[in-house]
Amino acid sequence: MEFTDDQMLRYSRHIILPEVGGKGQARIAGAKVCIIGAGGLGCPVGYYLTAAGVGTIALIDNDTVELSNLQRQIAHSVHTIGMPKVESASLTFKALNPEVNIIGIQERLTKDNILDLIRDYDIVVDGSDNFPTRYLVNDACFMAKKPLVSGAILRFEGQVTTIVSGDGPCYRCLFEEPPPPGLVPSCQEAGVLGVLPGVIGGLQATEVLKLILGKGDVLKGELLIYNALKTTFRKVRVPKNPHCPLCGEAPTITELIDYNEGYCSL
Amino acid sequence: MEDSVPDKRINIKGLVCPYTFVKAKLAVESMEVGQVLEVLLDYEEASRSIPKSMEDHGQTVLKIDKINDTDWVLRIRKEKD
Repeated sequence: MEFTDDQMLRYSRHIILPEVGGKGQARIAGAKVCIIGAGGLGCPVGYYLTAAGVGTIALIDNDTVELSNLQRQIAHSVHTIGMPKVESASLTFKALNPEVNIIGIQERLTKDNILDLIRDYDIVVDGSDNFPTRYLVNDACFMAKKPLVSGAILRFEGQVTTIVSGDGPCYRCLFEEPPPPGLVPSCQEAGVLGVLPGVIGGLQATEVLKLILGKGDVLKGELLIYNALKTTFRKVRVPKNPHCPLCGEAPTITELIDYNEGYCSL
Repeated sequence: MEDSVPDKRINIKGLVCPYTFVKAKLAVESMEVGQVLEVLLDYEEASRSIPKSMEDHGQTVLKIDKINDTDWVLRIRKEKD
């Protein structure tokens, strides 16, 4: 890849790194990443991947911006309240780096559209805020053989793991089925510290860049748990479950499932 | 070796850090292992920082010459990708 003078300046701190260099920056520019959710996690993930020069970034979200989002969803603003989140975030990311191709998809993910929507992308990032979507994304990424960087946040605690289809555990090896509706409170009910998604989203963006570069160790087979109140990071090893209903030896889940009943919508 | 013709030459006069190193590094990346890069520069700090960074990255600095009041010439042999 030949860099223009502007690209050389913009990405100089990457190019200087031995693990990145011009070749790594060219890989970043050639990468296509799909981010599920343009909320607390999707905003910082998309923001940093845009800054890093990821060539194509898709954002999937069906919501519009509300004032109550602005405590943590840093790509939106008072000027974009009422606007679709994917449009609001696209404007912000374009202003940061006009070279990046941002594709906003204002749709609700279902078992019928997810495989089409993620097909063209190298890596999927889950920044959704509900269990039906989390399991749908896990199952679809396993079936489509897409690496998935999964993140979740609640109150003062967040988790990150990287799932590489066919190599190590999937999300269902960790938690086989979604919890029953109402058992686990949502951010809406339980609250979330506004900066927590910044930490977890930053970790997710880092995992994405390492997957693109093929450098370092990703959180494969490991769940990283961050506690913001205690300022602790805990890494928990997650073994592959041979009886996993999705990726185990005798899978019972062979098609996508919409677990919508009883859950509040995204 | 030092007096042979380099495989690639770049002129980065007028550039300051860190762009001096960025240009030199991109030039080295585009070359084959064993080839020699010659760098002409006029930013004094870079006459020290480029050789140091190149060695940190595993390349060999063959020479650092101050050729006149303002300019330096470096020769770097690429040892690894």
